[in-house]
Amino acid sequence: MNPFSTHAPRSLRGVIWMAAAVVAAAGGLAVASLLPEGNPLHASAFVVSLAGKYLSYAMLALAVDLVWGFAGILTLGHAAFFALGGYAMGMYLMREIGARGVYGNADLPDFMIFLSWKNLPWYWWGSEHFAWAAVLVVAVPGLLAGVFGWLAFRSRVSGVYLSIITQALTYALMLAFFQNGLGFGGNNGLTDFKDILGADLHAPLTRAVLLLVTGLLLAASLLAARFVVGSRFGSLLVAVRDAESRTRFLGYRPEQAKLLVWVFSAMIAGVGGALYVTQVGIINPGEFAPANSIESVIWVAVGGRGTLCGAVLGAILVNMGKTLFTAWLPEFWLYGLGLLFICTTLFLPNGLMGLWRHARKAPPEEVTPEVADTQGEEA
Amino acid sequence: MRRVSTTCLLAALWLGVMLLPGHGARADAFADLASPQLGAVTAAISTLAASPDPQAGVALQALGERNLFAAPDGSVYIRHGESYVEARTGQPQASVPEGLKPIRLNNRIRTALAGVQAGRDLLAPQPATRLRAADALYARHDPAMLPLVEHALAVEKDAAVRTRLTEVRAATILGQPPAPDALASRLEAVRALGAVGGAQARGILAGVAGSDAEAPALRHEAQAAVSRIDWHLRAWGVAQNAFYGLSYGSVLLLAATGLAITFGVMGVINMAHGEMMMIGAYVTWMVQQAIRATVPALEPVAILVAIPVAFVVCGALGIVIERGLIRFLYGRPLETLLATWGLSLILQQAVRSIFGPTNIAVQTPGWLSGSVAVGGMDITLNRLAILVFAGLVLGGLMLVLRHTPLGLQMRAVTQNRRMAALMGIRTPRVDALAFGLGAGLAGLAGVAVSQIDNVSPNLGQSYIIDSFMVVVFGGVGNLWGTLAAALALGMGGKVLEPAIGAVSAKIAVLVLVILYIQRHPRGMFPVRGRGVES
Repeated sequence: MNPFSTHAPRSLRGVIWMAAAVVAAAGGLAVASLLPEGNPLHASAFVVSLAGKYLSYAMLALAVDLVWGFAGILTLGHAAFFALGGYAMGMYLMREIGARGVYGNADLPDFMIFLSWKNLPWYWWGSEHFAWAAVLVVAVPGLLAGVFGWLAFRSRVSGVYLSIITQALTYALMLAFFQNGLGFGGNNGLTDFKDILGADLHAPLTRAVLLLVTGLLLAASLLAARFVVGSRFGSLLVAVRDAESRTRFLGYRPEQAKLLVWVFSAMIAGVGGALYVTQVGIINPGEFAPANSIESVIWVAVGGRGTLCGAVLGAILVNMGKTLFTAWLPEFWLYGLGLLFICTTLFLPNGLMGLWRHARKAPPEEVTPEVADTQGEEA
Repeated sequence: MRRVSTTCLLAALWLGVMLLPGHGARADAFADLASPQLGAVTAAISTLAASPDPQAGVALQALGERNLFAAPDGSVYIRHGESYVEARTGQPQASVPEGLKPIRLNNRIRTALAGVQAGRDLLAPQPATRLRAADALYARHDPAMLPLVEHALAVEKDAAVRTRLTEVRAATILGQPPAPDALASRLEAVRALGAVGGAQARGILAGVAGSDAEAPALRHEAQAAVSRIDWHLRAWGVAQNAFYGLSYGSVLLLAATGLAITFGVMGVINMAHGEMMMIGAYVTWMVQQAIRATVPALEPVAILVAIPVAFVVCGALGIVIERGLIRFLYGRPLETLLATWGLSLILQQAVRSIFGPTNIAVQTPGWLSGSVAVGGMDITLNRLAILVFAGLVLGGLMLVLRHTPLGLQMRAVTQNRRMAALMGIRTPRVDALAFGLGAGLAGLAGVAVSQIDNVSPNLGQSYIIDSFMVVVFGGVGNLWGTLAAALALGMGGKVLEPAIGAVSAKIAVLVLVILYIQRHPRGMFPVRGRGVES
């Protein structure tokens, strides 16, 4: 039996509530951060940047849930799209520094002068324009996902094999970005940002606006994702997830459906990465580490796979837990995370959303038996 | 005895060659040591070095130790603590002339003295000393040493020293400015150097080939020798890289076979496999510590004791993990992947808490240290041992799979789980044993890796992705596939490495495997048949 049900918690009402809650929380924190220092409701810059980080991660989790929860693709490399989006935005932020860098060069970022480069590499072209950066933020992850997915789904790479090669993809990218010669700052990545669109990145107002924008974009992505999975196309995805061969025999093209949702998901991850960079202030190759991608999967599993809201919830809760844990008991965070992986898969196959639904006594939806899938395929 | 008589003979011959001017020259030589002209001093050193007079050696040694003094009248004295002896005669002096000054050393004099020492060492009884002396002479190209080198060459028996001396002789000849009458000897030297080969010889020959002052015939010959040496160096370089590749491939093979078995039988990717390797390495360390504390005499073979211990410990741990965790996730391979990842985090942190986050020092026993030179390549013994070990493990595994009931059952479950169950095979038991076997193999890999890599809690992480690549590249349920994939990935990386660098080579291999999987989604050796589950 497939332990994952897809329906009740992703009901339109639930998603709208979740989106509203996200916007309200982001807006509330943004306002609170603008209150004077002595006010009991004042939110410090640290809290604001943490909240921005959580919401960016929630976008990554949403992206993972789209492909894992609805198309059955367990991705172990989604952080690659997140990081690529981050680097695209980071390039723009680097150029915004202009002549205020250590070497005072108006055109070249510091690390290029350090490598004694004379010109910007071609792929940095246009990076001084925010609009171009915004295009790159979705285009680069989308393009990579398109090429990778087109190759992988067309040749019916699936299951664990697909998981492993997504992991290899992000690992290869990590190795590549660690190299100075690639022109993205090597080990140190891109950092020391000053402005965005002329506004000081360290000013409370800019940070409050960024947090609000993150909340709005997360809410928009949530609604867009709900629109996708609620459409006929979404039903096709679920069909592909539960019985890919049957769907194919019925005349659908599973690989096209998978490719579409895969690219869409990569773009959401890219936007998440871009928002992350503006608020955390650094992007380095460590973001490509395979462990990050796997962690983003556990956020989804904790919240509840195939529920959209659960992904957002899971990402925020697990990351809050991480922040608290690493502050109080740094030694034990890995035990906690490890147990979270094990206990969620063993005892909470439907995540927190499943638990909530159970508490509300909503009967689980009838799900397709999985027998057909494991027997019929690739015979 | 024989060496001593040879030395006497040589000393006599040397006298004949270099001391024809006779005693008078020697007498002057002592005085010349104090000469203000550098040329005279170095000439005097050469003369004295060739002298059979024991007093000459004493004087030179004193010069090196700054104990040689010159009086304004030209007489030379050696200081022994507070007293002085006359350098020429060795007579103790009650009083010394006024204005006695130490003879100063400078670089040229030091070099000359070092050459003298090298000349003496060239005839020393130990081959190692002679080889060192030849090395020292090689760098100097001192034509004055040529007769000595030629003599040493004539009496030398040791092959390595002979080769080196041949090089020294040729290098010395070629190091002199070209003269028309020396063409024959220079040609011979070029040929000798060409025959010896190696990077240093290539450097000298390239210098000759590129020099306008040399005769065209000589330059041509040198050029030919350079390209011959280049070809040799390249061929040995390829061989060396192939060995590195083979060695890395054997490590990958060890790391991946266990993974391939669990994946083949259960369709489960064990993300904690790398941590099993890490535990195997820690077990090696513990076995070494225990043996050192109890029976120090057995320390050299501690590594051999660690092999079965690591297998049993990791295998038992694997069975516990299967019974305690994996079996509840039966039929959900992707969830298993997440759960074992969680397990790997816990194991890492547990080892970190117990043994500390830093590297531990696993000893490499003496019989596994060092390397042997085969032609132009170095074979390190520990890597060679791992290569052999990987072969033995693979062979043993093949035997288990082919000729034991467990192997038969595992193969049956791999091919068609349901049918195997219907035939009366207790698949849960096979699962547990297969998982235990896989973990035990990881433990063996850990023992091997502890000999070539840092042992820290992060050890597993550095191998796990490469091992996955091997498994998906090779295909499931076929050990030949695993073997081929491990060697292909190991060799592929090392062959690309010189051209594009280590990291780029790694990236290239990853990308190639990703692309290969697109063409062959089930690896190089897929299991075929109706029973294949997705």
